[in-house]
Amino acid sequence: MSTLNDTFALPDYRTQSPAVTERFRKLKERPVVLEVQKLGREFMGESGPVTALRDVSFQVHRREFLCVIGPSGCGKSTLIRMVAGLDYPTSGRMLLDGKEVHGPGPDRGMVFQGYTLFPWLTVTDNVMFGLQMQGMDRNQAQSEARQWIELVGLSRFEKTYPAQLSGGMKQRTAIARALAANPRILLMDEPFGALDAQTRAQMQTHLLEIWRNVDVTILFITHDLDEAILLADRILVLKANPGEVQEIIEVPVPRPRSLGQINSPEFLAMRRRLDELIHPKADAHSSEVEKLPIIRLTQVGDDVE
Amino acid sequence: MHKQSWLAVRKDLTPRRHSVLGLIAFLLPLAVWCLISYVPFIWHPMIKVDVPGDVTWFKSGLLIPREDFAKEVTRVQTAGGNLPTGTRANPIFLPAPHAVGRALYTAFTTKPVLRGDLWLHESLWMSITTIFWGFFLSSVIGVPLGILCGAHPAVARLTEPFVDFIRYMPAPAFGALMVAVFGIHLEPKIAIIVIGTFFQQVLVVSNTVRKTDLGLIEAAQTLGAKRRQLVWRVIVPASMPDLFNDLRILLGWAWTYLIVAEVVGVSSGITFFINQQAKYRNFDNVYAAIVIIGIIGLLTDQVLAFVGVRVFAWKNPRPSRMRNYLIRLITDQYATPLIKIPQYKPTVAK
Repeated sequence: MSTLNDTFALPDYRTQSPAVTERFRKLKERPVVLEVQKLGREFMGESGPVTALRDVSFQVHRREFLCVIGPSGCGKSTLIRMVAGLDYPTSGRMLLDGKEVHGPGPDRGMVFQGYTLFPWLTVTDNVMFGLQMQGMDRNQAQSEARQWIELVGLSRFEKTYPAQLSGGMKQRTAIARALAANPRILLMDEPFGALDAQTRAQMQTHLLEIWRNVDVTILFITHDLDEAILLADRILVLKANPGEVQEIIEVPVPRPRSLGQINSPEFLAMRRRLDELIHPKADAHSSEVEKLPIIRLTQVGDDVE
Repeated sequence: MHKQSWLAVRKDLTPRRHSVLGLIAFLLPLAVWCLISYVPFIWHPMIKVDVPGDVTWFKSGLLIPREDFAKEVTRVQTAGGNLPTGTRANPIFLPAPHAVGRALYTAFTTKPVLRGDLWLHESLWMSITTIFWGFFLSSVIGVPLGILCGAHPAVARLTEPFVDFIRYMPAPAFGALMVAVFGIHLEPKIAIIVIGTFFQQVLVVSNTVRKTDLGLIEAAQTLGAKRRQLVWRVIVPASMPDLFNDLRILLGWAWTYLIVAEVVGVSSGITFFINQQAKYRNFDNVYAAIVIIGIIGLLTDQVLAFVGVRVFAWKNPRPSRMRNYLIRLITDQYATPLIKIPQYKPTVAK
């Protein structure tokens, strides 16, 4: 990465083209769907309380795509679980459409890394689940579910059980299931983390396509920096110990996005900034890739490199 | 073709080996039994008297320990008289396989010794009725209670310590009490089966329910499922296949309680038949009755297992071993999945 940066003079990551600036102006005019105010979470550790998250504040506007990234152990999963209501904050509050929320609810749909599809239900029945929980009768739920299944391109698998689907197809079912319940915000906790590289790229394109066509706001957790840049309007960078907001960055890469932009100057500038934030230039002592104390166990001359 | 070692660690057996070994599992004990029964020098500690000779207390057909017979023979020899003759035999409690095999049929056709006694099939039916009601009544309360315990820790804490306490009391210990409460007929026997099954059932069911993947519950919550919906629409269906297996195992336990239950009050059912036949020293009938219990148990279990695989097809999308085996027998090919998996073709986004 460093050689690349030396070769090309990259623009500052804050430099935006007029079109991008205009987009962000419009985006910020939209109403705020989710407002997180000074959210904090403490766990009881063996030696007193441990602060996992401290004073996390941010806003998500309607139809915004916000990514949260951070080093491992920064509490990004805790954050999204608190927003979903599956974990509770020890301080601060969350407002959805201006109203404070506690506990889980269908207004905040979630897609998990582990799919969590109901194995005893077919694809259609899985997608219908949320609608039926809200009291919709079976026929109506079924016809509505069909539309969502078609949207994620699984019409031919309507009667298939999850065990017979590939990872990518499972996750598309999970997305359809979450969207069908008509949430105000869609929470995605590293949804593509368990997929192979090729499927993941496909899913990212699919997700952008869905987001473009459906009235949905997305809060997306990932540890993949490229994924964050490719998908997000803005990226919230957390730092670890304790988890705090380090920076909220407006991604300067113009829309519509595609994997072809991955080598554009804006993308690379953004990528370099994220690298600086997530993997700060460490001094020799605390370098993350430490040299392992390995002694030579092969014969002299038997070299592979 | 790659030959797999017979003692390979945790590798699935080929269908052929699977059935061959299953067959040997039954043939091996049978072979041992035949060996002991038909080869005289292996055991046969008795002598069956053919001709009493001059021994006054001998009678034709009497079973005598070998030493006693030898003593009498030397006594008669020294006194000078007609020698008794006999053949080596096994004790009366070990009939030969063919005798038991015959009894499997004749036990059903023999008239009861006393008027008013039950035929074997009637005794069996009585036992099955007892088991059915005992297990049914236990399940009607035990399964829902177990589910509630598994779903709500508060209910579990309120129930399980006491259930655990009673669980350790042997069910037969309640026999006299149950007779006092319910009389001497079928009711106390059913009650004992309930006592023997119920408390185990609550704990087993709640444990199974507790193993429900928390992720599924959380997913349902983010889809708007409320408390009751979480229990009945997520936890129950998710643990259904394992619950079904639990009940299969518990039904086996109920059969073991049956034998103690049936001697409570007026002896009844298959136990009465067994005791009666033992009294008349018809041990071939005794064995036949025991074998019949085993066959009934094995058959119910296999039928339930088969039903389970069908009902919970979502858990086994691959064809069952049984079906695979039958198909291989006929066509020498592995079966294709029951549910056709359509080939996925990515659609081009418009």
